[in-house]
Amino acid sequence: MAILLDKTSRIVIQGITGSEGSFHTRESVKLGTKVVAGVTPGKGGKDLDGIPVYDRVIDAVQKQGANVSGIYTPAAFAPDAIFEAIEAGIGLIVCLTEGLPVLEMIKVKQALKGSGSRLIGPNCPGITTPGVGKVGFMPNFIHREGDVGVVSRSGTLTYEMIWQLTELGIGQSTSVGIGGDPIVGSGFIDILELFQKDPQTEAIVMIGEIGGTAEEEAAEFIQGHVTKPVISFVAGQTAPPGRRMGHAGAIISNGKGTAEEKFKALERAGVTVEKNPAEIGRRVQEILKAMPCSIPRG
Amino acid sequence: MKVHEYQAKNLLRDYGIPVPRGEVAATPEEARKVAAKLAGRVVVKAQIHAGGRGKGGGIKTASSPDETYAAARSIIGMQLVTHQTGPEGKRVRRVLVEEASAVRRELYLSLVVDRSRGKECVVFMASEAGGMDIEQVAATAPEKIVRCSVHPVVGVSPFQARKLSVSMALDAPQSGQLAEICRNLYRLFLEKDCSLLEINPLAVTAQGQLLALDTKANFDDDGLYRHPEIRELRDADEEEPLEIAARSTSVNYVKLDGNVGCMVNGAGLAMTTMDLIKLAGGEPANFLDVGGSASPEQIEKAFRILTSDPGVKCILINVFGGVLRCDRVSAGLIQAAENIEMKLPMVVRLQGTNVEEGRRMLRESGLKFTVADGLYEAAQKAVSLIG
Repeated sequence: MAILLDKTSRIVIQGITGSEGSFHTRESVKLGTKVVAGVTPGKGGKDLDGIPVYDRVIDAVQKQGANVSGIYTPAAFAPDAIFEAIEAGIGLIVCLTEGLPVLEMIKVKQALKGSGSRLIGPNCPGITTPGVGKVGFMPNFIHREGDVGVVSRSGTLTYEMIWQLTELGIGQSTSVGIGGDPIVGSGFIDILELFQKDPQTEAIVMIGEIGGTAEEEAAEFIQGHVTKPVISFVAGQTAPPGRRMGHAGAIISNGKGTAEEKFKALERAGVTVEKNPAEIGRRVQEILKAMPCSIPRG
Repeated sequence: MKVHEYQAKNLLRDYGIPVPRGEVAATPEEARKVAAKLAGRVVVKAQIHAGGRGKGGGIKTASSPDETYAAARSIIGMQLVTHQTGPEGKRVRRVLVEEASAVRRELYLSLVVDRSRGKECVVFMASEAGGMDIEQVAATAPEKIVRCSVHPVVGVSPFQARKLSVSMALDAPQSGQLAEICRNLYRLFLEKDCSLLEINPLAVTAQGQLLALDTKANFDDDGLYRHPEIRELRDADEEEPLEIAARSTSVNYVKLDGNVGCMVNGAGLAMTTMDLIKLAGGEPANFLDVGGSASPEQIEKAFRILTSDPGVKCILINVFGGVLRCDRVSAGLIQAAENIEMKLPMVVRLQGTNVEEGRRMLRESGLKFTVADGLYEAAQKAVSLIG
């Protein structure tokens, strides 16, 4: 089953003719992803390797049955691209773009309320469901089909974690990068909820980082609603307070949002916490081995 | 991005929020002139990007232009140490000279973004306990802080301003003033992409007027692209020179105090690499994220930034190639080695896209470095090279 991206997903790429958009579209097609259309205002009628390009998202929906959107549009135009996708009734919107002002995201959250759309990102590496495809820029070679769900606020650190699993022969159901911004479309809780319901997913790896309280909120949710084992790491144990560590959301303010607090909250919730990120794969392996096996594993 | 108090006050003034009359001065002579213009008692305030200036001797009062000159002379050029500057302090280059006010009460008012799930909005925080660090109030008397979320569609409602004024025990005319301050502050926050606006203290003067005695404004770095007028307020003197150099090459760099310099692709992995250095018994010298699509030129520039920190005794390169291919990283390192004299030991850990090609290029380049395969192994090797 996996989550978010599955065999019914028909993807439209907003900003398909830009350098990032076209590069990653081609990469995702190599992985078998069903990209049915692209959108770049003013370039309607053109194509990318045979993928039709339209001026508007609604055209991609009506003519190609697009139901998932990947957004590569530059930051200044990305909020508009999100609003357009919501308006066109796209069910899953993945915004890869980095650098959206926080105040724009407050508006985006309003627009999402009551709509049928779910947003992943912005400033995220996207989603990959091995065997189905990807929206975003996780490297193709790191994945392997399997039963561990991965959710993370980071990009390359996520690849690192997925690769650790794959090298140990542990496959993934779906890997989701929720993004490093202070306000994101979907948080840990939204994704944990989906993994909990997904019959394919047997265990969940959750990678947090300093700043905000998303990990603490997730810990509370896990305690009450997640029965599957969760293995977690939080990046930024050595980050100084008051400084933005690359991601706009990764900042310890007024002593709140430290890795220490997050580790503690997760531990209290019964999450398997691993402070050495190089050991995450092995911890997952131990936990899977101890579980009654429903699916044969490599 | 942070700005100085005088710059923040100019913005408040532009938005109709009452602030004391005053001007900034870069020399004691300029300060004297401002005092002469203002006539009467003045306050001379050091302008640095840190709080706690009064306790460190960065704020003085003066009752004549001559006294103002003397006060400015003692403050300008001083190395001001406060609880927010670190032990080395910050050099004062300017003072704000403004008219002194007779203060009856000190209140607190701020606007921040609430990023918590389901509540994403801008929120007012108010307290009758102004004039001290709000963190201190939050720790000792949290009941004295009142929060008031602004609905993104509705904006500041009159009832919310009333709620805040009740919590501050204001009388009717002051309540009206507060409502106007709240509306204007919120407008400023939205129009300039602020991340924090803080008035502390918001004074009730002897005449019963509300007045922003001290203020702080931070701006969302991601909003700066649409505010050239705010970008102009940046004071390079307040920032780490290496961080300024990094910004001009779109490399994310934060200087720290350790001795293992690291260069990583991706913010999360960069933080993790720092954590691993610490776990291996070392201290990271920096956070450095070269980004997802760095060119060999950017890698070289990042390398220059890294090596110009005199504290760095060993370099750790940790790249998980995705969009940024390992061969490109190697090309950048080789290019850097040709242009910069490399004296420091270096550990390189490459993984991911085009890793074989990247490793081969490094091997054949004649560059001296230690190879590591594992994430933790890389950190351990780097730490052991320092000895």
